[in-house]
Amino acid sequence: MDYRTVLTTCAYCGCGCSLYLEVLDGRVIHTFPCKTGPVNEGKLCVKGWNIHEFIHSPKRLTRPLLRQNGTLVEVSWDEALDFTARRLREIKEAHGSDSLAFLSSAKITNEENYLIQKFARAAVGTNNVDHCARL
Amino acid sequence: MSEKVRAKVKELLESGRIKGFLGLRQADGHLGPHIFTDGRELDALAVGDLKRPGDTRYPLNKQLLTLMRCDPDDSFGVLVRGCDERGLKTLITWNQVDPAKVVAVGIACPPELAAACECLKPYPDEFVDGGKVEGSTFASVATVDALDLHSRLTHWLHEFSKCVKCYGCRDICPMCFCKECSLEQEDLIHTGDLPPENPIFHLTRAVHMAGRCIDCGLCNEACPADIPLRTLYKKVADIIAQEFDYRPGYVEPGEKPPLNILGEAPKA
Repeated sequence: MDYRTVLTTCAYCGCGCSLYLEVLDGRVIHTFPCKTGPVNEGKLCVKGWNIHEFIHSPKRLTRPLLRQNGTLVEVSWDEALDFTARRLREIKEAHGSDSLAFLSSAKITNEENYLIQKFARAAVGTNNVDHCARL
Repeated sequence: MSEKVRAKVKELLESGRIKGFLGLRQADGHLGPHIFTDGRELDALAVGDLKRPGDTRYPLNKQLLTLMRCDPDDSFGVLVRGCDERGLKTLITWNQVDPAKVVAVGIACPPELAAACECLKPYPDEFVDGGKVEGSTFASVATVDALDLHSRLTHWLHEFSKCVKCYGCRDICPMCFCKECSLEQEDLIHTGDLPPENPIFHLTRAVHMAGRCIDCGLCNEACPADIPLRTLYKKVADIIAQEFDYRPGYVEPGEKPPLNILGEAPKA
């Protein structure tokens, strides 16, 4: 039996609440708020309390999927990225930069969020950038 | 306070009496729950007094339940204050913990923590560190009881109206071990609705704490809306004590809680 508590940060929104994940034999089974977390001081919201539930969810997307003839098919990262780049370029050329929008996430890092807005503004040429914590 | 605890845990681990010890560990600038399995890592063992006494208490008994369910053959040690020991005794009563498989290492709480908790018995029966401090009465309950009926109702309705229904009070509770929780029963609670029905949601939980709550106060500390849940459950405990002469954790393990017995009518 391998049992441990792992200190980490909640990924649900941008607040950054500290929490301990209870991990039993590699599976995350429970969450406790971190008392010494300066942001949340031992408290969590209902989402934070249940954050262990999505980690092993079978509904979680772990590989790129591409819709082919109406059905989602697992494809390689190269294939998914090539397709996305080509379609983004086609849409931009046909309808202009502001016909595209980029939705970012609280579940990724600050640096990744920076990259996506940079990509939207500098590479695509639009200010249409938003974030899941505002939805 | 940690030195004597450390020595005791080291002895338990090295003698093979326990497979692991559930305590608190100072690491990465934080103090949180940890299972110690190696005597050599005990330098980081802490008892939960980071900036002030008891400011980093965790529901270690709740984690103990997880461990024991997963590994019923081995024995574990656990750090206990007075409240945690009451919890252990009550969990034994409710057949959740095998007493032969648990070694409690007790510490007595300092006066400021005992006073802040309004704890009736701020020390376990046996403790390796700290000094015995006299218990205090429930001043917070007396304050609310002093209000007339209408003001009291207004007070609680106002407090409950702040609830964001995070279920934190239940999730942190070391005595909440049920596999099916009444707070998730659609027949009792409108589970998907916000705000929660006032006062049904909180009174449902309060009733379930009757004869079970051991007054550790972790629910109060976990509440993001600062609802004085501890005062509510202290009051519930007082009612059970008054009507049935029973306080969970203050009786010996095995003495069943009154609401679980079909027997004679309560005393007049």
